[in-house]
Amino acid sequence: MTMKFHFEVPGDDFTRAGEASGELKLKLKRLGFSADVVRRMTIAMYEGEINMAIHAGGGVADVEILPDRITAVLTDNGPGIPDIEQAMKEGWSTAPDNIRSLGFGAGMGLPNIKKYTDMLDIKSVVGKGTTLTMTVLAK
Amino acid sequence: MTVSEIAHSLGLEILVKGKDDRKVTGGYSGDLLSWVMGRAREGDAWITIMGNINAIAVAVLADISCIILAEGSPLDQDAKERAESERIPVLGSQKTAYNLSIELERII
Repeated sequence: MTMKFHFEVPGDDFTRAGEASGELKLKLKRLGFSADVVRRMTIAMYEGEINMAIHAGGGVADVEILPDRITAVLTDNGPGIPDIEQAMKEGWSTAPDNIRSLGFGAGMGLPNIKKYTDMLDIKSVVGKGTTLTMTVLAK
Repeated sequence: MTVSEIAHSLGLEILVKGKDDRKVTGGYSGDLLSWVMGRAREGDAWITIMGNINAIAVAVLADISCIILAEGSPLDQDAKERAESERIPVLGSQKTAYNLSIELERII
């Protein structure tokens, strides 16, 4: 059994960014995934959404749910990440001050995604966009 | 200890009642949302000055038991509505995050 969901993530609207992860949380809970799996997947998804809203003017998220794993592919047409290794470091952030005043921009987005997922793949082309593929295994 | 017992013991103002019979298993203090999401544990009471709608989203996703707004920090109207619909308890205090953390540690 495979379930697929598509979400549009708005750009620069931080009140709406988080809708996809909130909705995903409800779906995963209803499907009976463990609290730990739900928590890890939805936190990673939220970080991805916020990243797209802050840096890329929004994007899309496609989620595939299988009994043993959940995979989300987040795609944007933003500026891309010039140095992925640096972006993965805790505390590194290019978020502007107005974003920081909302409590974001701690430089923990990608590190949190890495921490909470079992698999993470980042493909980014400067000037074209970024695709994040993240998977949480339901053991 | 439950959220409502903590609110009573620490003399906190109840801004949103929410699921106030939930057990508080620990505490976490911080204002950077991703940092909190990465470090706070499920069931923690979260002491912060962030009363915006994103803070409510973080509390929901990180399975936090309640938010305690320190130093009289305001709760935005849209955040209040989201907390009510998500049933996240939001408590308020004039005390600092430091003092609230000490007091919380003493009672849980």
